[in-house]
Parts: sequence; structure tokens; C-alpha cells
Amino acid sequence: MDTDLTTRILNNPKYQELRAKRWAFGWWLTLAMLVVYYGFILLVAFNKPFLATRLGEGVTTIGMPIGLGVIVFTIVITGLYVRRANSEFDALTEQIVKGALK
Amino acid sequence: MRGRCDIVCPLLSLAALLGVGGAAWAAGADLGQAEKQATNWTAISMFAVFVVGTLFITKWAAARTKSAADFYTAGGGITGFQNGLAIAGDYMSAASFLGISAAVMVGGFDGLIYSIGFLVGWPVVTFLLAERLRNLGKFTFADVAAFRFEQTPVRVFAASGTLVVVAFYLIAQMVGAGQLIKLLFGLEYWIAVVIVGALMMVYVLFGGMTATTWVQIIKAGLLLAGASFMAFMVLYSFGFSTEAMFAKAVEIKTGIASAAGKAPGEAAAQGFAIMGPGGFIKDPISAISFGMALMFGTAGLPHILMRFFTVPNAKEARKSVLWATTWIGYFYILTFIIGFGAITFVLTNPQFLDAKGGLLGGGNMAAIHLANAVGGNIFLGFISAVAFATILAVVAGLTLSGASAVSHDLYATVFKKGHADGAMELRVSRLTTVALGIVAVALGIAFEKQNIAFMVSLAFAIAASANFPVLLMSVLWKDCTTRGAVIGGFLGLASSVLLTIVSPSVWEATLGHPKDSALFPYASPALFSMTIGFVGIWLFSVLDRSRRAAQDRAGFLNQQVRSETGIGAAGASGH
Repeated sequence: MDTDLTTRILNNPKYQELRAKRWAFGWWLTLAMLVVYYGFILLVAFNKPFLATRLGEGVTTIGMPIGLGVIVFTIVITGLYVRRANSEFDALTEQIVKGALK
Repeated sequence: MRGRCDIVCPLLSLAALLGVGGAAWAAGADLGQAEKQATNWTAISMFAVFVVGTLFITKWAAARTKSAADFYTAGGGITGFQNGLAIAGDYMSAASFLGISAAVMVGGFDGLIYSIGFLVGWPVVTFLLAERLRNLGKFTFADVAAFRFEQTPVRVFAASGTLVVVAFYLIAQMVGAGQLIKLLFGLEYWIAVVIVGALMMVYVLFGGMTATTWVQIIKAGLLLAGASFMAFMVLYSFGFSTEAMFAKAVEIKTGIASAAGKAPGEAAAQGFAIMGPGGFIKDPISAISFGMALMFGTAGLPHILMRFFTVPNAKEARKSVLWATTWIGYFYILTFIIGFGAITFVLTNPQFLDAKGGLLGGGNMAAIHLANAVGGNIFLGFISAVAFATILAVVAGLTLSGASAVSHDLYATVFKKGHADGAMELRVSRLTTVALGIVAVALGIAFEKQNIAFMVSLAFAIAASANFPVLLMSVLWKDCTTRGAVIGGFLGLASSVLLTIVSPSVWEATLGHPKDSALFPYASPALFSMTIGFVGIWLFSVLDRSRRAAQDRAGFLNQQVRSETGIGAAGASGH
């Protein structure tokens, strides 16, 4: 890739917009994933009785929905990113690429 | 446990894999030896059907495998959905199917903690790496890591990282294959290892990435279908009430505890223990360190990273991780239900138990016996055949990734300085495949009686401490230099291996030193070795004032624009 092209893209406000949006979105989601996962691990390490608290009359504990919740959260958060990236971010990228190569 | 290896310890033992084991896990590992069983013809014929089917696919794939690009990346023509299934097929090993369901049977909730660790790396891969990998890379993750750096040193590092991870992972799979097949099919250990080695060589040698991908897709489909059926049957028998399933499991565990002579109160507590966290995580440092190895190791496994180059563009790369995450997450929910199903169906049925109340054939037979309980002998044969197919698919992916590190990174880039002839490069990858196949069989036989349970966790720790930091820093940090990446990467590699050797799971369990003599007390080195890797990369980059360093830094903006827009990225079939 030649440096002219790079400079042109770097100065394109659309590219700056894409970059800012994607960075913010990607890092917030990464942070959310880290908080959820290490939150869960720290709960396991420091507060085992809490996870073993029964929900209502039966034997089902609060740990079960929390554990399954982490799995579902992992899938959902990945889906959120992919949906936005494959529509909004890719549309922006396409405009940038078209603008740069014409 | 010294030198003694039952079915559980090689591939599957969660106890040593986790190190943080505790009594329940250690007991799980001692449940049984891999005794050769009567020859199981149902399982063997179903496996034969799978082999014949995959050989036809290999023949078809061979006709399409003409260039190096076809061999390494199936010509970049795999769709996101297909690749997602193939990634899931690469990732859902026999260890996760048999090992996690067995772990749930023994420890209940603790098994869930373990599978969650294996899942949470995927979003990180998606957010930070997937599209950048696709936009920068061609065949191997070294293409990405070395993009703006001096090729030779970074390629040598990346090839070392790849081969070390692949070697440990391969040994674990081969030994596991031998033990498992001896158990399920009633074949001799060495025959099983040779069959796995030979079939894997055929797939990779003739069909390259196309055949490997389809073997992984088919295996993922079969495994997901079989596991879904088992989980469905378990839930069905409880009227689709998880509460009823949990209650029954607690009742059975309580019964087992009182039969072992526990007082009623104590027995009830022991029965209820499966509903919450138990001995899995002892100290917070081990917990966090182990969590880091699993989370970031996923993002540094070479055979997984390589799969991102098989799709045509960044959009498909993202779709493939979403599909992979969905299937793998769904699979872990299934194994959880299967584990509880094993408590209620298998632990209560004398048909599956030996005289001491342990599982026939060893602790990891939980899912296999459950298959028999819910689906009879035919379904048992099906699940056994799927377990064999699972190992084959994982081993083929590993071999392909090792072969491309040698032919693409070392031969074509380091020795031929990027001027290798495509046909010659392809020949080198095929020769390497044969060599790796022979080495894998030899190591599989050599390690038969060794306790190698630490190898999978070691592979994850190395991937997290060496490959992942170099990849991440080279892609995201503009001041990273060749020297920083190579020194930091090797420091991460060396420290993760050394700390594992002096940790309890190797120093005490494998090398036989007395208890509590291990210098490094924690379950996983990742917290420390990842820090060493990252700090090493940062420090040696910051201190680097060489001319090459200026060039490395100057190349960042070009790399950034390409990684984020895909301009100039290798096209679907043009690479």
C-alpha cells in the first residue's frame, strides 16, 4: 500500500469517524466481557456461599442462572458487535474504500 | 500418580489440567484405568462409515487442492457459517465432550465454571483480532505478526510458538486417542494411535485445508446432534424441569454419601454441594491466572487463528466467530445437562458401575454410558464413533497448522526470503505433514504411560503468553518493534514453559517430587508469564533505538489502514 493512499485515508473524516466508533464500541464490549467473566471468577473465589444460595423452595441455586447467564451473555455480546460491524461499520468502510480508490 | 496413566489423565483429566483440583477432581482421575474392552463392532462399523465418507470428501478436495493457497486456506472460499462450524469442530475436542460432562457428573457446578473459561475468549477474538487478522494475513498468524517487522526473526519466533503449542496439543490428543479407542472400540493402544496418525495424514496430505475443514464441519454436526439428543432425552425424562433434574441429582449424591457412611446432615450437605462452587478454585491467584490462560489462550492458538484466512473477507470472518461462539456455548450447555443426566441415569445403574461404585472404564465414560442409557447400543456405537471422529478432526487441524508454520514461515519466508516457488512450498508442506504425522504417532506411543495431563493447559498458557501478546501488540501498538516483539515473545514462551515445569501438576504429579515441593504454587502460569511477555515487548521496544525500529514504527500507519479497511488485503482466491 502506498503512503499517499494511507495519508488520504487517514485524513478522511469518515475514516476517523469509523475508527473512533469502532474503537469505543470494541473496547467497551471487551471491558464488559472482562468485568462479567472476572466478576464471576472472583465470586467463585471469594463468595462461594452466595452462589450456593437457593432460589425459593427447590434445590436450584442462584449460581445456575448466573453461570448460564455468563454463557448467554458471551454469545449475545459477540452478536451485538458482529451485527453493528457487519452493517454500520462495513458500510462506512465501503464508502472510505470507494472514495480512496477512485 | 507418578508415571501412571489412566484414561483420564492424558487427554481428559480435569484434575491435573486445572491443578487446582482438590479431592473431588483427584478422585475423578482415579476412577479407573483404560482397560481394553471387548471389540465393539457397532461402534467400529459406524466409525468405518465416517471414514469412508470423509475419504470421499478428501478425494473431492484433492482435485481442488492445486496451489499453496488451496492447501493452507481452501482458497479462501469457505463461508462464515461453514467456518464457524469448522472452528467449533476444531475447538470442541474429546476432552471437552467427555471431560467436561464427567467433571459435571463429579462436581456439578464446578464443571460449568470450567467450560465458561473456554468460552469467554471468543468475544475478545472478535472485538480485537478477527477482522484485523483477515485483512493482514494470508496463510498463518505470522503473516500478521510480522507484517511491518523484519521477517526472519519474527517468523522464527512465530514458527516456534506455533510448533511448541501444536506439539503439546498433539501429544495430548494422540495419547487421549489411543486410550479412548482402546476403551471404546477394544483395539490395541498402538493400533489406535497409528490409525489416527494415518487418517490424519491422508486428510491433510491430499485434501489440505478443504478436506480438514469438511472433516471438522461433519464432526461438529455429528457431535452437536448426538449431544443434543442426549440432553433432550435427559430433560424429557424430567418433564423438561431442570429443578426436577437437579433435585434428583442432589438426592442421588446424598444417597451415595450416606452409603459411604456419612451422617445424615453431612450427607445432605455433600449432596447439595454439586449445586454450588466447590474445590475447583482454591486461591484467587490460581483462579485469575487460569482464567487468563483460557481466555487469551484461545486468541493465540495457531490452528484456530489460521481458520480466519479461509474466509473471503472481514464480514465473513466476524460471522464465523459469532457462529463458532454460538455453537460452542450451546455445546457447553448441553454437556452440563449431560453431566447431570449422568448422575441420575448412570450413577444409579449397576450395569455401568464396578464393584467399588466407580464408572466402568474410568471417570470419563460418563457421557458414553449415558448414551447407552438413553439410546441403547446403537446410539452408544454412534457416540463412540463421534468421539473418535472428534479426535481426528482436531489432530488434522493441528497438523495443518504445524505444517504451514514450517513451509510458509520457515521455508518460504526465512530460507527462501519470500521467493519460494509455490509448487515447491506446497511440496514442503506435504513433506512436513508426513513428518509431523510420524512424529505424532511416535510421541503418542512414547507418552502412553506418562502423566501428560498438564499438556493442554500448557498449550493454552503458551498461546496466551507468547503468541497472543506479540499478535496484539504488533497490530495495535505503533511503537512496537521487531526486537521488542521477538524478545518479549520468547520471554513469554520460556516463562510459561518454565513456570509450568516447576508447578505442582508437573513437578509433583509428573516428575514425582514430594508434595508441596513445587517452586511455583499456582495452577497456571498465565498471570505471570503473560505479564512477562507484555512487559518484555514494551520494554525492549521502548529501548530499541535501532534503524530497523524506526522503520518498524514508520510502517504502522500503513498497517493500521489496511487492517481496518481491508484495502490491499489478500482476496478470496487471488492469494
